[in-house]
Amino acid sequence: MAANDAKQVVISGVGVMTALGVGIDPLWEAMISGKTGLRRIQRFDPSGFASQVAGELDDEAFSVRKVVPKSHRKATKVMCRDTELAVGAAAVAVEDAGITTAATSDDPPTLDPARVGCHIGAGLISAEMNELTTALITSTQDGEGFDLNHWGKEGMNNLSPLWLLKYLPNMLACHVTIVHDCRGPSNTITCCEAASGLSIAESRRVIQRDNADACLSGGAEDRVNPLALFRQHCTGRLAPTDGSGDLSSIVLPFGENATGTLVGEGGGILLIESNESCTTRSGNPWCTIDGIGCTQSIADSPLIADAHALTMSINIAMAEAQCDPSDIGAIVPLGAGVALIDQAERDALKQVFGDSLQSIPMITTIPYTGNCMSGNGTIAIAVAAKALREQMIPARLGSEETVGVDAAKCESKTADIGRILVVTPSEGGQCVAMVLGRIKS
Amino acid sequence: MTRVVITGMGWITPLGNDLTTVWNRMCKGESGIAMIDRFEASNFPTKFAGQVRDFDWKLHVQDYTVHHSPARNSQYALGAAKQAWEQAGLHDYNDLNSDRAGIYLGAGEGVLDFKVYSNITTEMWEDEACKVDTVGWARLASEQLDKWGEIEQEPNVPLWHIAREYGLQGPAFNCLTACAASTQAIGEATNVLHRGDADLMISGGTHTMLHPLGVTGFNRLTALSTFDGDPTKASKPFSRDRGGFVMGEGSGMLVLETLEHAQHRGAEPIAEIIGFGSSADAYRITDLHPDGRGPAAAMNGALAQAGIDPLELKHDRPQVHYISAHGTGTQENDSIESMAIKKVFGEHAKDVPISSIKSMMGHLIAAAGSVELITCIMSMQTNTLVPTINLDKPDPELDLDYIPNESRESKIDVCMSNSFGFGGQNNTLVVRRFET
Repeated sequence: MAANDAKQVVISGVGVMTALGVGIDPLWEAMISGKTGLRRIQRFDPSGFASQVAGELDDEAFSVRKVVPKSHRKATKVMCRDTELAVGAAAVAVEDAGITTAATSDDPPTLDPARVGCHIGAGLISAEMNELTTALITSTQDGEGFDLNHWGKEGMNNLSPLWLLKYLPNMLACHVTIVHDCRGPSNTITCCEAASGLSIAESRRVIQRDNADACLSGGAEDRVNPLALFRQHCTGRLAPTDGSGDLSSIVLPFGENATGTLVGEGGGILLIESNESCTTRSGNPWCTIDGIGCTQSIADSPLIADAHALTMSINIAMAEAQCDPSDIGAIVPLGAGVALIDQAERDALKQVFGDSLQSIPMITTIPYTGNCMSGNGTIAIAVAAKALREQMIPARLGSEETVGVDAAKCESKTADIGRILVVTPSEGGQCVAMVLGRIKS
Repeated sequence: MTRVVITGMGWITPLGNDLTTVWNRMCKGESGIAMIDRFEASNFPTKFAGQVRDFDWKLHVQDYTVHHSPARNSQYALGAAKQAWEQAGLHDYNDLNSDRAGIYLGAGEGVLDFKVYSNITTEMWEDEACKVDTVGWARLASEQLDKWGEIEQEPNVPLWHIAREYGLQGPAFNCLTACAASTQAIGEATNVLHRGDADLMISGGTHTMLHPLGVTGFNRLTALSTFDGDPTKASKPFSRDRGGFVMGEGSGMLVLETLEHAQHRGAEPIAEIIGFGSSADAYRITDLHPDGRGPAAAMNGALAQAGIDPLELKHDRPQVHYISAHGTGTQENDSIESMAIKKVFGEHAKDVPISSIKSMMGHLIAAAGSVELITCIMSMQTNTLVPTINLDKPDPELDLDYIPNESRESKIDVCMSNSFGFGGQNNTLVVRRFET
């Protein structure tokens, strides 16, 4: 099928959860005014870690029990934080899209449940440490450490029977499909930072091949957990900081003095919908999804991005969108502030855009939210959608100067943006690029 | 629509580590289930599993030093992928466009070092506060947990190992929809080829949950068999006295390519993927919908894409000649899967032979669907159907043909493979003997 014969697919509902709050508006307002959501970790004492700052969503800002129907409230007890974030984001997306689902009303749903899919990116969910250790501690004896024999015989019984189900990555999609009664194709993509973009790519293809009219799609992850944070330390990607000083200038995307990234909890769910379905129900789409490219890096380590793979993904996305480099009005890169990853992104973008790269403004999100891994791509795409709607480039935090790209610290500004390119390399080497287009009135 | 064919396959399983050995053992109805010796499980409610044995991943790669320290799931993936790669003749083919060759896996997570983790978290437990001292924990973790061991736990790392080994840079995805993951991966890889985004895909699954925390999790769910007797008799899908599933581990990998690409390079197609269906139960996190609506929707979707009407006979027999069942051996799964098959095939359901190889090798979780699809293809190649073993006490409520205990010969041209995941993600593939 030629690209221009494919069904047009739009983003018709946006729900994000970040350190700045629930929904796109608090995030956008913070990005317009240049206010970071990063802070010294409060959920546990991070003093033992080299990197002690992250993006945390306040507990008071959100209660998952309030966004699920009464029939599903009991199930919230077996939701890990990642799932709570996804369920919360889905509720916001559904409200934003203006559709009725099983969760929102007893009225008939706007969309046929069998024609609504769900693709959600998820991470390696780390068990909640205190919950697990409460059980593990029953199998220790003074001075002899943990006793596996005792654990097998008695200790494990102190763990909740449904404990495992809390931590399966597909539980994000599972709960969302139950809450909103989505019975169409469903998938869980586990590709670190690329998981969101790849999930949205799957939703778009499912709609284009007419297996669904719409999908709840995106990703969410909580990296503000001692084990998850430790795993990120193992990658050597985190910026050392004890939380003192200016927290808005720790992550320096494309900066010469970049020292690493910071983690966050968050993500988002979008309603991805065929333009036909959205038009029929008089929806108000945010933007079109015009092209997507997916590739794999084969660098020497799964932790390093490969410029060739990134270049390919961008070229594929732009070819499918039938757009020239001159059509791109802004770029949302991963911009993690990790030197080797930033370099690969810069090299790839330079390959595609040449010298004009320096005049295309970048929108960088991680200095505001932290790297929310599987949820990060949805945040980037939601911000791109908002930028297209508002015709604004939000303020950037980070470096005073960057080399070869327009990514240095700056104030927000108005802009004329027809298309935005979102680029995501991931730990593990998967790359995804997406071209979003402005809705023409 | 672009035709998608399979040109290579390989597996690492509890029954062996090559196609022929495993197939011959399944035809004889042998079991790969034995007492767990990977860790001290003698006091666990479940003490047995299907464990991969006698496997050295370093013999399956060109240069093991480029792979750092692969976790078991990555090791199994490399072993299975090498078999598939070679069967597809790709080791002798120098013109592969690696930018048009991708990977879609249904790989599970790596393995937490439970011994170290348990020791350091309990050592740092503060009784009065009822919490772990995370400051001390971070110090002990950095001293005692292996850095690469932690990185390898990300479920997308097996994908990187395969990409690195074979230099593949095309579309790359990893999905983890519990027990349905590798069937879903193969279905989605087929879609990648249908839409022209790649010429060739490596697809399949790899997983091990054979570690103390994995067995603990499933024991607490009461999903695992706690059979107290000969472990080879423990996995009893469709039997009246079935008591839960038996854990297995391993990997199945396949080379999928467009027919045009296979023919262009002179590769011999083994089978053709003609249908894929996917659905969500949207019911409960622990249970399948009692009407079997999710599994039935997945089967109907796959059959519709394959152009097969399950209610119509062809040459006086159902058009599907074998179903590789999800068949876990839990009361609920086997009942609802049987009901869903009846719903889809109507009065012809009793005439479609069905078996569960989980009776012989256990449940490979994310990798289960890939080895079950390979079983379907081997059935077509040999015109032999492998049995459901340990089916000595038929369940009167389950009245389909489950190929009890002994393999049988039959002309097999079309097979269907079912996989249903915890959480309600359901996937079905339909494959056909290749015909030009």
